[in-house]
Amino acid sequence: MLQIYCPHCCETRHEQDFAYIDEAFITRPKDMATVSDQKLADYLYFRQNHKGDVYEQWQHVSGCRKILVVFRNNITNQIHKTYTLDQASLLNNSTVDSEETYAAI
Amino acid sequence: MQQYNRVSNNHQEDLDRTKIINFIWNGKLYQGYAGDTLASALLAYGVNLFGRSFKYGRYRGVVTAGVDEPNALVELESDGFYVPNIKATEVQLYEGLVAKAASGRPNLNLDSRYLLKLLHKFMNSGFYYKTFKWPRSFWPKYEKLLRKFAGFANSPVQKDSEVYDHLNLYQDVVIVGGGVTGIKAALSFIDANYRVVLIDDQQDLGGAWWLASDDKIKDLSVKNWIKKSKDILRNCSNITVLTRTTAFALHDNNLIKAWQSLQDHLPLKERNNSKPRQRLYTIYAKQVILATGMQERMLAFHNNDLPNIMTSSAIARYYLQFSVQLARKLVLVTNNDSIYEVLDIYNQEIDNSNLKLTIVDVRNQLSEELKKKVELNNVELYLGYAPVEAIGKKQVKSLVIQQVCQVQGELNTWQFYGDKKTLACDAIGVSGGWNPVIHLGCHTGSKPRWSKSNKTFILENNKENLVCAGGLDFCVSIDDCLNSAQLAVDTVVSRLGYTKSTINLDIANYQKQKSINIAPFYRSPSEHDKQFIDFQNDVTAKDIALAITENFTSIEHVKRYTALGFGTDQGKLGNILGIAVCSELLNKPIPDIGVTTFRPAYTPVSFGCLAGEKVRDNFDLERYTPMHKWHLEHNAEFEDVGQWKRAWYYSLDSENIEQAVNRECLAARQSVAMVDASTLGKIDIQGPDAREFLNRLLPNSWSKIKSNTCRYYILMNDDGMVFDDGVIACVDQNHFHMMTTTGNAAASFNKLEKLLQVDWPELQVYLTSITDHLGVTAVVGQNSRKVLQKVCSDIDFSNENFPFMCVRHGTILDIPVTVMRISFSGELAYEVNVQSNYSLAVWDAIYQAGQEFDITPYGTETLHVLRAEKGYPIIGQDTDGSVTGKDLGMSWMFSKKKAYSYLGKRAHELDYLKKEERKQYVGLVPVDKTTVLPEGAQVLFTVGDRKSKGHVTSSYYSSVLGYPIALALVENGFSKSKNKNSNKVYIKSHNCNNVAAEITSTVFYDKEGVMQHV
Repeated sequence: MLQIYCPHCCETRHEQDFAYIDEAFITRPKDMATVSDQKLADYLYFRQNHKGDVYEQWQHVSGCRKILVVFRNNITNQIHKTYTLDQASLLNNSTVDSEETYAAI
Repeated sequence: MQQYNRVSNNHQEDLDRTKIINFIWNGKLYQGYAGDTLASALLAYGVNLFGRSFKYGRYRGVVTAGVDEPNALVELESDGFYVPNIKATEVQLYEGLVAKAASGRPNLNLDSRYLLKLLHKFMNSGFYYKTFKWPRSFWPKYEKLLRKFAGFANSPVQKDSEVYDHLNLYQDVVIVGGGVTGIKAALSFIDANYRVVLIDDQQDLGGAWWLASDDKIKDLSVKNWIKKSKDILRNCSNITVLTRTTAFALHDNNLIKAWQSLQDHLPLKERNNSKPRQRLYTIYAKQVILATGMQERMLAFHNNDLPNIMTSSAIARYYLQFSVQLARKLVLVTNNDSIYEVLDIYNQEIDNSNLKLTIVDVRNQLSEELKKKVELNNVELYLGYAPVEAIGKKQVKSLVIQQVCQVQGELNTWQFYGDKKTLACDAIGVSGGWNPVIHLGCHTGSKPRWSKSNKTFILENNKENLVCAGGLDFCVSIDDCLNSAQLAVDTVVSRLGYTKSTINLDIANYQKQKSINIAPFYRSPSEHDKQFIDFQNDVTAKDIALAITENFTSIEHVKRYTALGFGTDQGKLGNILGIAVCSELLNKPIPDIGVTTFRPAYTPVSFGCLAGEKVRDNFDLERYTPMHKWHLEHNAEFEDVGQWKRAWYYSLDSENIEQAVNRECLAARQSVAMVDASTLGKIDIQGPDAREFLNRLLPNSWSKIKSNTCRYYILMNDDGMVFDDGVIACVDQNHFHMMTTTGNAAASFNKLEKLLQVDWPELQVYLTSITDHLGVTAVVGQNSRKVLQKVCSDIDFSNENFPFMCVRHGTILDIPVTVMRISFSGELAYEVNVQSNYSLAVWDAIYQAGQEFDITPYGTETLHVLRAEKGYPIIGQDTDGSVTGKDLGMSWMFSKKKAYSYLGKRAHELDYLKKEERKQYVGLVPVDKTTVLPEGAQVLFTVGDRKSKGHVTSSYYSSVLGYPIALALVENGFSKSKNKNSNKVYIKSHNCNNVAAEITSTVFYDKEGVMQHV
């Protein structure tokens, strides 16, 4: 059972109060009408599915119902940090992809 | 009968001799003392036959004194208090206990398996698989017969008379194991700012104190130090001591599962049935100190399973804790030093010349200190000897030994030489080495490491929230345990980083003072075939050899082929021996053989404890509509829809479901009927961008919808697949009332919220779930207008003033109601929304008003038939995740004017979603007009077609039409339904053989759609 800190409620709660949605940072293409088949498929189906440290999108469904980003290790199940979407938007992509920089966050 | 094994001169015993306890074993009355286990009380009488073995039916006694016991499986009590397959070594005696052996058919002394003794030499691993496979059709008969031989106690069949509960704990530090190490660690936390739990599985703290009974801690004997420490801990507010509690699982993030026995030790008469028998703890710990200690293992030699052959520590424990002296002539067999540590405890017996003690040690040399000890205690010592075989039938009578030496250049292989000697004995204590209890530490997946010096697997701990201490860390002296406990505490405290309070942090890295000097001897090199490795599953060294010969060389395969390490003891006693035998035969070092995976639970946990209070009525949440009571009173059968209990149909005069549904359907089609639609999901949508939100979300246009009107919608995912459908009412310019299906209410709500938060944060829209706030009564049929007009005079229900798909507000019984003229049946119909608390009153008022029209309540089954007659799909039944809006025939809804690329629009442009031959939503009518097609049956285009062209999704008998109808997904279904020449298909399933059917439109009844507009 994970214990997740909700950055909206500022409280730690049980995993069962939350629902996993998807990998984090996956948003609907703004140019949906003209997007290529490949990009559409990327958005719909293709996921990194990393082993190790991952960013995930969760929702505090039995709490504030807000969406949050959980940065955790899916091998050890250790949660490094959680973010609101606004906080997470400040993490640029290079940070997200590189393992070396996670300590700096 | 007398307790002639019970001695009276042991001052350390854990017995209260003033309390005599009567109990029944295998139908006979015995007596024990408070503090006894079932095993110790019986051993006191010299009862040493506890069971018959799994495969060969051999006589078996206890081997250990703890949870690692493989043989002494017993069953307790009967009926609702029946406990199967519990170990006699962990049953605490109570007045009136009724126990019997879990094996031995027909009884312990006469076991049918033993009578097959002549066949035993053929019954090696895989015997049943290899033997009982011809002829193939006979297997069920064999199985029935073999089942009678298999297993131990019977499964309970009666309802459990006792209750269980669950409790969560949040702790700074959890210490698992209440021996000297655990106690010492706990003492360090007294009055510190930590919440600490100390868990131990025994009835009292103290661990394996009998192994160090003559040691001292701070001038106190170990026993007295433990007693004093217990008193201190008991009065300490920040430390909780949980005894009789087994921590059986350690998961990620230090989630500990533990079960506590609360009433198992009480006489049945004294048990309080309103209080739990056992409790399951879920413990969240910041730091865990594992001090789980060690378990002694056996050595393999011929007939090592005879009753009265035990681990040496078990013999010591029965003597010191329970004052049971098992032998007058005791032989101790060892490959390490530990056996000499407990020599002193036999000292007084030897002086009384009541005990003849012989030690057989496979090693050639002893340290001076041990030699002195041997001399002092007047023990007969055979150095460099190993056991060849034990002799006896129901009890060991003698042990044959011979000189051994290790074969040069081979791994763990030994050979005999010289003459054999026979030692008469009435019990043998064996020490084959010590295994740290590493189970919990391995539950999260880490593999243990082989310790060369200690010849066992130890924990490779690299976790930041876990520390190992004491015996688990292979500390074999009291001083080492105390030091290791202090080090563990210091580590934990520095990690937690709180204020230190009274905790001192001055201990440096310590070096262990003592080791057991173990020799790599695991089994006797004799050729005999009954060298038992796993006692519970009757696995011998020969079985393992056979598995390896047959090329099952991985330890995981050896385990599954031979059953090594299965069962209630999970190989606690035998696994290392088995691995060593593999190593010897494969000539591979033990670390290369590895271990099997350690999984929870460490010891068996009762199902009742795991279930806790979530049984019977509390198994799952049930959701009731406000009208639930009424449905109950009117003989409704219920259907589970998620957690909802929905009225399924109402049986009048003991109608069956078909009769009831036909009657209900006709009532709706011919007069008036009513249904409870409260379970539909309802989402209140408000905000300046509400219209824009709906335009982005849904395929149809919401820009111009007027207040007090409704519109049907389908909600698609961005992959084009239909996710849900329903109706949205426009309440006001910026205010909408969205109705979802019952099953998808939560998922739709989550989806909408996710879109607003993640994808369209620029939209100012607010969502509120109001599913439970409103009760909904749907009134259906030509007479519905008349019924409602009777009870609701402030709304004009005429067709001109209240047209189809409109909303009106009024009152019924002075209660405000919102009436929507929408229809899921194709009939003139209204849905009356009322605040939940008043819904039952309004429902009842409508029911009363409808009496003159014979108003008929109907349930979900009729609801489904009525909608199928009109071809309305049920999302999730007529669709799965592969049906697009277009496949469902909903392209008419897709707005071409909207600029925004709404959900699912772009996907509809993908080539594979545009294909004509996709499966499409159509109707089916059987050609014979009588066969109700089975739901899920395959649709074929020609008889004998090997490839399915679709399947039946819904199928009912339509009473208004007088013939069965079905809905289906069929390849190229749209064009086939329009072509009289190609609309023939054949329906096939296991109970339906090529029934001819015609593809039709999905609308079977009132094709012009006039009824809902009247």
